[in-house]
Amino acid sequence: MTTAADEPNAKPEAKRGFLARCRDFALELWQVLIRPSSVFALGVLVLAGIAAGVMFWGAFNTALELTNTEKFCTGCHEMKDNVYAELKSTIHFTNRSGVRATCPDCHVPHNWTDKIARKMQASKEVWGKIFGTINTREKFLDHRLELAAHEWARFKANDSLECRNCHSADSMDITKQSPRASVAHQRFLFTGEKTCIDCHKGIAHHLPDMRGVPGWQ
Amino acid sequence: MLKRSGIILLALAIAAATGSLTAQTVTSGLRGPAPLNDEGPAPPMLPNRNTSEKEARNYPEQPPVIPHSIDGYQIDLNSNKCLSCHARSRTAESQAPMVSITHFMDRDGQFLASISPRRFFCTECHVPQNSATPPVSNDFVDIDTLLSRASPGGRR
Repeated sequence: MTTAADEPNAKPEAKRGFLARCRDFALELWQVLIRPSSVFALGVLVLAGIAAGVMFWGAFNTALELTNTEKFCTGCHEMKDNVYAELKSTIHFTNRSGVRATCPDCHVPHNWTDKIARKMQASKEVWGKIFGTINTREKFLDHRLELAAHEWARFKANDSLECRNCHSADSMDITKQSPRASVAHQRFLFTGEKTCIDCHKGIAHHLPDMRGVPGWQ
Repeated sequence: MLKRSGIILLALAIAAATGSLTAQTVTSGLRGPAPLNDEGPAPPMLPNRNTSEKEARNYPEQPPVIPHSIDGYQIDLNSNKCLSCHARSRTAESQAPMVSITHFMDRDGQFLASISPRRFFCTECHVPQNSATPPVSNDFVDIDTLLSRASPGGRR
């Protein structure tokens, strides 16, 4: 039906501009899409739609989870040589029980909506990767305070949610903690006066220049 | 002739001595049962004392020991984790002892507003304590004990 309308335009197509041809194509597609199907049964369309939806969602989620692995994060030398190297000597990487945190455990929210929001933010990180914002050690160190401040702000805003995914205040047995830790947790954590990140900065990576950061000298 | 037999005797004696030395395993008390030419198994690492209770100093000038664990504490140009509790402005919240006022002095005895750079690296003098028993025991006697030994009954 649309091919007939296309015929007169076939000859001078070479002369027409690219934008004009794009507009024609879009109009033609729109004409097809707004009309009911005259070929496929409604059932076929519905089932095909569901199947396509499942496939699209599966592929989307698989791709999303693929970007949510330590292997993906440390695929860039910026992460591998700086923050990942520093993580290795901390208790979140090596410890007596062998339970360890990977990059997304702390840096990507586990909840779906928050995760998608964070993934959209990460487009800035793709930008940084493409334009080499931190592609040398010196550049990384120059940006370290800014990068760390982003993460501190995020943890502060969500009440250290990513810490609490593993470290629950309810399950914390303060009698098993050192006296110093148990006093501090009772005074500041259980009362809600402070959140994890207020005291536990620099536990997984080295700290930037801390002058001016509250609680530091 | 006499000289020659002497040399032979000496050679024999040396040979016998080295033979008996290599035959027996030489050990040292400090190293435990491992022979000197072997590297014995490393003793297990013991935990650091972590009570947070102040320990008495053995002599007045002794840098106080750290009665808690400091694993992973960053002390470098960028930050000083110790000072986030022990700095003057932080002690009200942390209830930790304040860094000694002597640490605010530069080497000319002038007081600065904050910790003098030469006193910044805490672990140069202050160290955590391990619960291991040392192979060589310490026979240090503090001054009070020494004085009371000199004059029984005590004289201050």
